[in-house]
Amino acid sequence: MMLIPCPWCGPRNETEFHYGGQAGVAYPRDPQALSDAEWAQFLFFRDNPKGVFAERWMHRSGCRRWFDLRRDTATNEILGAGAHEEQERTVSV
Amino acid sequence: MSGPFRLADGGRIDRERPVSFRFDGRDLQGFAGDTLASALLAQGVHQVATGIRYGRPRGVLAAGPEEPNALVQIEKPFPEPMLTATTVELREGLEAVGLPGQGRLSPDPDPARYDAVHEHCDVLVVGAGPAGLSAALAAARSGARVVLADADTEFGGGLLGSGEMLDHAPALEWVERARAELARRSEVRLLPRTTVTGHYDANYLIAVEDRGPDAFTRQRTWHIRAHEVVLATGAHERPLVFADNDRPGTMLAGAARTYLHRYAVLPGRRAVVFTTDDGAYAAALDLCGAGVEIAAVVDARPEAPPFWAKRCAEQGIPVRTGHAVVGTTGEEHVTGARVAALDPDTGALGPEEHHACDLLLVSGGWNPAVHLYSQARGPLAYDEAAGAFLPSGSVPGVHPAGAAAGLRTTAQCLSSGAVAGVQAASRLGLEATAAPRPETDPHPVPKGRPLWRVPDPDAGDPGRTQFVDLARDATVADVEKAVGAGLSSVEHIKRFTTIGTGHDQGRTSGTVSSGIIAGLLGADLAEVGTTTFRAPYSPVSFAALAGRERGELYDPIRVTAMHDWHVEQGAPFENVGQWKRPWYYPRPGESMEAAVLRECRAVRTGVGMQDVSTLGKIDVQGPDAAEFLDLVYTNMMSTLKLGRIRYGLMCHADGMVFDDGTVMRTGEHRYLISTTSGGAAGVLEHLEDWLQTEWTHLRVHLTSVTEQWATIALAGPRSREVLERACTGIDLDNADFPFMSWRNGTIAGRRARVCRISFSGELAFEINVPWWHGRQVWDALYAAGEPFGITPYGTETMHVLRAEKGFPIVGQDTDGTVTPQDLGMGWAVSKKKADFIGARSFSRPDNTRTDRKQLVGLIPAAGEGVLPEGTQIVETRVLPRPPVPMLGHVTSSYRSAALGTPFALALVKGGRDRIGQTVYGHVGDRLVPVEITDPVFYDKEGARRDG
Amino acid sequence: MAPRTPGADLPDHPDRLWRSADPKSSYDVVIVGGGGHGLATAYYLAVNHGITNIAVLERGWLAGGNMARNTTIIRSNYLWDESAGLYEHALKLWEGLEEELDYPLLFSQRGVLNLAHSLQEVRDGVRRVGANRLNGVDAEWLDTDQVAEACPILNTSPDLRYPVLGATWQPRAGIAKHDHVAWGFARALDQLGVDLVEGCEVTGFETAGDRVIGVETSRGPIRAGRVALAAAGHTSVLADTLGLRLPLQSHPLQALVSELLEPVHPTVVMSNAVHVYVSQAHKGELVLGAGIDAYNSYGQRGSFHTIERELAAAVELFPMFARAHVLRTWAGVVDVTPDASAVMGPTPFEGLYVNCGWGTGGFKATPGVGWCFAHTIANDEPHPLNAPFGLERFTTGALIDEHGAAGVAH
Repeated sequence: MMLIPCPWCGPRNETEFHYGGQAGVAYPRDPQALSDAEWAQFLFFRDNPKGVFAERWMHRSGCRRWFDLRRDTATNEILGAGAHEEQERTVSV
Repeated sequence: MSGPFRLADGGRIDRERPVSFRFDGRDLQGFAGDTLASALLAQGVHQVATGIRYGRPRGVLAAGPEEPNALVQIEKPFPEPMLTATTVELREGLEAVGLPGQGRLSPDPDPARYDAVHEHCDVLVVGAGPAGLSAALAAARSGARVVLADADTEFGGGLLGSGEMLDHAPALEWVERARAELARRSEVRLLPRTTVTGHYDANYLIAVEDRGPDAFTRQRTWHIRAHEVVLATGAHERPLVFADNDRPGTMLAGAARTYLHRYAVLPGRRAVVFTTDDGAYAAALDLCGAGVEIAAVVDARPEAPPFWAKRCAEQGIPVRTGHAVVGTTGEEHVTGARVAALDPDTGALGPEEHHACDLLLVSGGWNPAVHLYSQARGPLAYDEAAGAFLPSGSVPGVHPAGAAAGLRTTAQCLSSGAVAGVQAASRLGLEATAAPRPETDPHPVPKGRPLWRVPDPDAGDPGRTQFVDLARDATVADVEKAVGAGLSSVEHIKRFTTIGTGHDQGRTSGTVSSGIIAGLLGADLAEVGTTTFRAPYSPVSFAALAGRERGELYDPIRVTAMHDWHVEQGAPFENVGQWKRPWYYPRPGESMEAAVLRECRAVRTGVGMQDVSTLGKIDVQGPDAAEFLDLVYTNMMSTLKLGRIRYGLMCHADGMVFDDGTVMRTGEHRYLISTTSGGAAGVLEHLEDWLQTEWTHLRVHLTSVTEQWATIALAGPRSREVLERACTGIDLDNADFPFMSWRNGTIAGRRARVCRISFSGELAFEINVPWWHGRQVWDALYAAGEPFGITPYGTETMHVLRAEKGFPIVGQDTDGTVTPQDLGMGWAVSKKKADFIGARSFSRPDNTRTDRKQLVGLIPAAGEGVLPEGTQIVETRVLPRPPVPMLGHVTSSYRSAALGTPFALALVKGGRDRIGQTVYGHVGDRLVPVEITDPVFYDKEGARRDG
Repeated sequence: MAPRTPGADLPDHPDRLWRSADPKSSYDVVIVGGGGHGLATAYYLAVNHGITNIAVLERGWLAGGNMARNTTIIRSNYLWDESAGLYEHALKLWEGLEEELDYPLLFSQRGVLNLAHSLQEVRDGVRRVGANRLNGVDAEWLDTDQVAEACPILNTSPDLRYPVLGATWQPRAGIAKHDHVAWGFARALDQLGVDLVEGCEVTGFETAGDRVIGVETSRGPIRAGRVALAAAGHTSVLADTLGLRLPLQSHPLQALVSELLEPVHPTVVMSNAVHVYVSQAHKGELVLGAGIDAYNSYGQRGSFHTIERELAAAVELFPMFARAHVLRTWAGVVDVTPDASAVMGPTPFEGLYVNCGWGTGGFKATPGVGWCFAHTIANDEPHPLNAPFGLERFTTGALIDEHGAAGVAH
């Protein structure tokens, strides 16, 4: 049971949260301009590192806000959290 | 008197409270404070169980949860499989039998209750021995919020069974003073009888409290989130491996001491003590002092520790150094020890001597209980001097202390506990100082030298009776066979031999087997390592972890404002997500089929009403609400005018339909959208996700209002007449109140939002009122409808009526692989919008195939019944050999009062081009001819919606 | 009377299993991952395709990953044709595997019940049974009474929060002893001269242009004619070193066992809605699996609330389990794809083949994977049974969406 630091509510049990996978994957600006392969990258392909991972969580049973978390996927050590808007975003395709 | 082996006085038992119990069919007596094991030993009963593979008699080896042998089945007060006799508290009426390694579950329902509590603390101290108590005192005195948990019935840990002195008085007096001080502090919670079983991420620990049969809940699961954790979990003594080392009467030296001091039981009259560790000498001397004849202390080491050797000499106890017990005699009880000189270098044995005894004490050193530390990702390392795996490195916020950290004397444990308590408090920013340590007995620090295996003197078939894991009946021969087969990993050998997988999870066998493996491989024990320590530390009942989440409380039940009315009508309910929805309303003696046909007929010819409050409702507000809705629905919403309603379809980005509902424009910048009953939470999360993480520039707020509005569907050609009687403030004629619009009015004195939407194709109204007025408005509408024979209908009738109109239900007629186009709902996919969620996916190659499965209607051939939902559709009249190509399957299927024939909806490959064709439904072993039709069966022109 | 010895009749292992090999400098085929899939692939490469100059590289101890951690359920009652084809092929191989490997695998075809707790699950169940039968997979739909007959200890009362409304039943499904399966393959490979290299972690690949020509390992470089990935939850980490992106997410999947109990549970029961699956293994322990933990993790441990929820479900469905005890819990790392179906086939790199994404379904597929993956490697093109499982499906959209069949929701 991880202790997840919600940027708005403080540390709460993992059971209060909803997991959202990799952070920083932006919706393509013009999906229609993408090839099928590029669109597939957006739909289905996400990073899956062993180690530090920037990921999205939503405080479902609390403030219902999404935020980004950096966590080590090998140890579950939480390295920091920030409001979603503050995170640097990258376009995946 | 509770047995011939009970001393006249002493011990922690209550001689005023005799307890009757039954074991293996014998009626026996013990005292309150006894365990089942101590009560049996007091009676001279040593054989408790039998071994799982060879059926050999097995006795009591230990005095705690590390017991590998004495497994019992509780029969009364309620059957419980496989407990250790050494931890079962003796209670009046207890009945138990010894086990051969498999427990038995009772077919009767468990009458007990279980619950769970969440606790947050600054410092959790696990174990209330000298280290744990010192740690708890130090932390508590600093002002920290402390929880002290211990598995035993009373605090004291090792002091309970050692007979030691502290500050020149019995140590348990100090224990009681410490306990009393902790109990007085309001920030301290004491949890005796509570086993901490698991140590999870971020110092989240699970503990199970045994509350006894008289408590309201039998067991309680504690979920403890601690800032700091002190692990003062003690250590387990190791047995020694020699031939026939499993005979009843063979016991760990420390356990014998515990039976003597804590339970006033002599486990035998004449003992041989076999040791490789100084610690066993105290046991020999204590038992000697209590009247047990010590035939010999057999120490495999070349020299005896001088401090103890001197005391043995004083008591006339012979000490045989450089010797080993190589075997035992006896069957159901040990009758003697076979002792021989052991050359420490060659392993050669000298001539055997036989020492008659009825008790064989063994000590092969101690294993710190590092289970929780290891679970908390603490690294372990083999320590040559200690002969054990010890905590190494560090884990932030976790403090091993006392015997769990490899310390041996009470003085060391007291000091280390105090240090751990101070450290924990300082990490919290509290000022803490260790209290002065009580004065201890002047004993030197015990030392040991591991001897993993005594050579087997029986040359014929060596190792076959040298038990490494008593719980699994696994022997040295088994380990040798595993190594001989080529295995070198301790994990492989464990699996090959099953060592460590028994009830005790290898507490007494783990390190010993690693030592034997290292010897056989010629490897370093440090390299061989141990197997992983996994939760739980000791077995936990399923029911304790299930807690109260059983039966009705397994999952929350959601009911509508009108639920009681449905119950009064005798409606059976359908589970839709967590909701209870009325399925149909049978009249007395009426079948479901008849009831549904009647309800359908009423809606098509008169008027019916349905509680549709469970549909999800989300209030969408903000200046950019229209733009947002355009992005999340496949169709255009921004053109919707105030007062109007539009059907909408939602897809995921992969282009597959995931929910549908209506969008109602309720204000300049405000919309109320509806979702499926089961999909509401998912839709809200989906919308929040896109809004908060993608389109952060949009000024939109989302609020779930599902439980703010009670919603009633009034459907049928006479619905307007009913509403006219009940509703004021709305002109209900078609011109003023057209289809797909809404108006505010008053019903039964309550403000109501009335919508003209129809899921049945009939003239219909949907009435929304604040939830707490739902029942009143429902009653008013029902009363208004009575002259028209208004008929309440449930989900089944709703399903039939919408299917007759070809309206799909998301989740029933779709399965996550269906696009709007597949549903024939291309009309709901905007061609004008630049983009929306899912748009790009519609042009993927697989989505443009012409043979995709499409929603069509099916009419079974005349005389055929209703096709089962889920029926597969095939092309040919005769089945070929498998695999048979399948065209699709039936998604919805009903009898129809309006059509006069059974009908169905189905997803069929290239279905729209097949309309008019006959295909076959595979029902049981039959092929039922069915004609493919348009999915709209009834009122194709849509004439009925205006009444 | 002789005492009862419930452990007496378990089969013995053979006197020789395998010898861990030191790696040579080059092989025709290097298989990365010494789990069930890697071993089975090597086996069928040798037996079906005559290729024996193979190394199976395992970073830890052989078959110590998910092969050692799964709940050993074997079935083939999957919905879609593609899945049914592959899993049914595997099941047919299972049915001859004890003889083939001459090893007691404790393969027990005791049947599996997949319970339906809602009207929609009934529809889905009937649909799947129909599809199974037409695909030649044994399957029946059982109503509640028949479910009670098949598994009398199951709570089939209508008072249940989510009552059992019926179940699919595959009689040929069952369980096997996972270690024995791995060791059976390993022993056969040892006899066939295949190198089983333990304690050898692959850290990267050697390439020549778009061709993979070898692997870098903790025990030095190894050249290979062809390289096959069968590394389950760690596949992404390996593929990353090549810049190869795979549609995988690694999650913890937890399981647990009880103490040994007298036989009470005659079959395998799986429930998707009331989230649990359970069987009783040969020694007598109840073996339970839970849902996947939601977050990505390589930690081989999950969250306790998943276990708690699973036990609530177990006690709800099997009231008699109330006083059984959890003896041990553990977790594996499962690699999950967006459609809950595996990926098996060639990659954009010549000479590199990938088998991954088995999620919760890998054990039951073991011999089928071996058979098809060996074919793919030997012929440089997929076997017809795994052709639909290529990476290109994510581009075309031709997914094989088995979320309903996996037994756990992803």
